[in-house]
Amino acid sequence: MSDENEKTYLFDKPENVERLLKWFYGACILLVVADFVFHRHIGFGWEEIPAFYAIYGFVACVVLLIIAKKMRKIVMRKENYYDE
Amino acid sequence: MSELPPFVLYFIAALLVAVTRGTVRQVILLATPLIAGLHLWFNIDAGVIVTHSIMSYELTAMRADKLGLLFAYLFCIASFIASIFSLHLKDTKQHVAGVMYAGSAVGAVLAGDLITLFIFWELLAVSSVFLIWARSSERAFKAGMRYLVFQVLSGLLLLAGALVYYHDTGSLAFDHIGLDMGVAGWLIFIAFGIKAAFPFLHGWLIDGYPEATVTGMVFLTAFSTKVAVYALARGFAGEEILVYIGVTMACFPLFYAAIENDLRKVLAYCLINQMGFMVTGIGIGTALALNGVVAHAFSHVIYKGLLFMTVGAVLYRAGSINGSDLGGLYKSMPKTTVLGIVGALAIAFPLFSGFISKSMVMSALMYGDYGYLWLLMLFASAGVFHLAGIKVPYFAFFAQDSGIRTEEAPRNMLVAMSLAAALCLFIGMQPQYLYALLPWEAEYWPYDVTHVLAQLQLLFFSALAFVWLNKKGLYPLGLPSVNLDMEWFYRKLLPVGVRRAVLFLRSAKESALTAVTVPMQGIQSVFSQSSVAKYYLSESWPTGSMVFWISIILAAYLLLGIFG
Repeated sequence: MSDENEKTYLFDKPENVERLLKWFYGACILLVVADFVFHRHIGFGWEEIPAFYAIYGFVACVVLLIIAKKMRKIVMRKENYYDE
Repeated sequence: MSELPPFVLYFIAALLVAVTRGTVRQVILLATPLIAGLHLWFNIDAGVIVTHSIMSYELTAMRADKLGLLFAYLFCIASFIASIFSLHLKDTKQHVAGVMYAGSAVGAVLAGDLITLFIFWELLAVSSVFLIWARSSERAFKAGMRYLVFQVLSGLLLLAGALVYYHDTGSLAFDHIGLDMGVAGWLIFIAFGIKAAFPFLHGWLIDGYPEATVTGMVFLTAFSTKVAVYALARGFAGEEILVYIGVTMACFPLFYAAIENDLRKVLAYCLINQMGFMVTGIGIGTALALNGVVAHAFSHVIYKGLLFMTVGAVLYRAGSINGSDLGGLYKSMPKTTVLGIVGALAIAFPLFSGFISKSMVMSALMYGDYGYLWLLMLFASAGVFHLAGIKVPYFAFFAQDSGIRTEEAPRNMLVAMSLAAALCLFIGMQPQYLYALLPWEAEYWPYDVTHVLAQLQLLFFSALAFVWLNKKGLYPLGLPSVNLDMEWFYRKLLPVGVRRAVLFLRSAKESALTAVTVPMQGIQSVFSQSSVAKYYLSESWPTGSMVFWISIILAAYLLLGIFG
């Protein structure tokens, strides 16, 4: 199992990762463009904001992760905390 | 034939599994859910009722209607998949517990009265705990004990509620109960709430599930909580409070899931999040919402099962499930990786099962004009996809190569996962078959431009947040740690509190004794010097303290007799 003999896998090459990410960013851009092409039904007023779902999805996750990271200061303990 | 409740098949099978070995046992394990499922599908129609009289009580061992039947089909499918997944085991205890557990779940959703429900409720508790204990470590034993205490407590509350309900209404039938019933309603509500992992009552799930065996976890995720969803949908549909409970359940566990290192715990938190969607739907109580609840329970059991199976396969092969130890497993477990990605997409992506069911609850929130709650649930949708759908597969299969080289999952596990993945896709692409089975009348079709576009935007940008935070180095990495949650109250506060209380009481007793005995000795010495001391009897107390206390108790009885 030494590293020299091992074959290179898909994501061992950085250019493959880059390629995947480019496709992904492309899809994100297309989805925002699609928001201006297609008409969405509106249930609530805030849905009228262009690319509302895209912005909301991004912001929601960033806020979630940042608050959670801060929360670690309060709730995180050593692995054997309950065994002491 | 329609008189035979399907749980009987499971319980007979559990006995047979206990006395057989090898291939015979494997055949029984696979045949039981199949036969029970076919029996349900062909022989038992909505409207079939089987009753027994026991001690002047009329008990309804089986009451088939569309709601109960759909859950029963689901449990047969789930137990079939879980049986395949655990086929390689040689552990009699786990096999018997699995079959009993699945049978109890099928029995519970077809139970027609509260006492029968209570019996299956406790059977669920007792059979499932063996799936935790089967790990045979002291840690698992203790976690199982704590799990069992909560489950049994839930059962006792249900029994107490059932008896009060019988006292109030003269009926034991399990239909809509509602919180207007007063004490009975609340007792049963809390009993269901414990099993449904309501906020503050959810400690057992986070504490217990991740300690279960690789295969036990797959059983656990399917049954107990979904029986609770069924029970809430039947007993408490339309209770407004459930909307708020559900939204809380959908949001708060995500913060824990975001910092948790144990990937099974991440999934356990996300399980509570998905339960939140179901509980919210029950609270809304419209036909669309309730159909959404049942449909979501159906797709959730299958895709969550798939996710738990993939991380279970990782734990089985790699020996750890901590995000900080894993990474790069796509190299040695490519098939498991692909199946895990299907499970991740099934959480919410169009063409997969989660999309067609969760959007019903979201639409019901919109039609009910719950503006801000809808926004919170949208947050929960984006968050859960981010965590269970991207974080878990990313840290297990990709991320930094951990250097672990292992084998692909055993064949039976791959078959079980493939079956679940196929179902996720089938339900997602052909939702009309599931919709046709839903109990209430409500027109719904998820595939239109608005829904698909909105959902894709939400999910892609949720994923974009993952990429961006990772590139910026802001992503909270898995750290070997525990995060304090409700279990802290009974794992830390209670033991420490009891220890402190005992020490405090002991020192209080000593100081009280000195406070009494020192002056007493003083009084005695003064007394013995006095002139009355020559009367011998007066040295000690004239009457025993017992007589004194007896007279106090008699006086209390007297007062109770007069005023009671």
